[in-house]
Amino acid sequence: MNIRTIGVVGAGVMGTGVAQNFAQSGYHVVLVDISDDILAHAKQTIINALRLQRLLDRSEQQAASLEETLQHITFTTDYRLFTDVDFVIENTTEKWEVKKAVYHQIDAICPEQTIFAVNTSAISITRVASVTSRPERVIGTHFMNPVPMKGTVEVIRGYHTSEETIATTTELLKTAGKKGIIVNDMPGFVSNRVLMLTINEAAYLVQDQVAPAEDVDTIFENCFGHKMGPLKTADLIGLDTILYSIEVLYESYNDSKYRPCPLLKKMVDAGLHGRKNGRGFYRYQ
Amino acid sequence: MKDVKQEVRTFLGRFFHNLELTDDQNFFELGFVNSLFAMQLVLFVESEFGMQIGDDDLDITHFQSINAIANLVERKKVAA
Repeated sequence: MNIRTIGVVGAGVMGTGVAQNFAQSGYHVVLVDISDDILAHAKQTIINALRLQRLLDRSEQQAASLEETLQHITFTTDYRLFTDVDFVIENTTEKWEVKKAVYHQIDAICPEQTIFAVNTSAISITRVASVTSRPERVIGTHFMNPVPMKGTVEVIRGYHTSEETIATTTELLKTAGKKGIIVNDMPGFVSNRVLMLTINEAAYLVQDQVAPAEDVDTIFENCFGHKMGPLKTADLIGLDTILYSIEVLYESYNDSKYRPCPLLKKMVDAGLHGRKNGRGFYRYQ
Repeated sequence: MKDVKQEVRTFLGRFFHNLELTDDQNFFELGFVNSLFAMQLVLFVESEFGMQIGDDDLDITHFQSINAIANLVERKKVAA
């Protein structure tokens, strides 16, 4: 399958990173979101990221200049531009109702051989496939943040995902500098299922006053060689996102081990969302 | 020239608390800041001194000390 144009749905943190990454890898990208403000912000984010890359590594034989890379991206609120895309990567809000509506729309617009890659940390790939007319062409691609800098992607095989779809996807990822690791479809997959539990339990440690956040993180960083302790990681991901993810796991498995930590709920209620708004377990400038 | 250095020093004061930086000290080597700070520095220089830092000048060596930044600003003002 010859892939030339990638449709990216959602210009939030992940979608913007995905668009930048594939544009830099030489693909034409159509980036869609619901408002021009969001798209303008996405464009500025990409510009800043490309400039930062240039600032820090001039040795890289970056053939493409900032202008060239930007020209590879079409920023639009119009899904109808998807009549031409070969591969879609969807990065909208982690809510079923939102995703369901998106897939209904793109399923009707995209050519029938277009693959739909769901960039989700929580939603069932099999379920997404069920609301499309092409379940064998629906696959999960769980990118890590920041997308251009993280080389490994969790690739999720839905119940009906074909071997051809998997092969095409891993090949595409390779051309974008990424290695795909294929896992099966179950809530949380590998990364989130274990990470959310770890973060949730670390939050309990703070709640139960076993140790303050800094010490919890230092123990993981120094004793286990983790680059970032669980609570710093939580702040980076966003406490509201963490809470939402653990709630999805709790509902999916009905297993009390995923019961959300009350301190976490309280912090989110109080507006402490982590790095994104200046305060979580730590304070940020 | 003095104004430029003072403006930069004030800006840096937000990141380097209680630290007296000399004009030629490489603040990236001090280990207090990261690459995201580098970008904030570039954006600060652009907005504070009303200039566009193009691809050619996006070089970390132009931003690693107060002197380096002052030289860059002076050079671009002359060129403008």
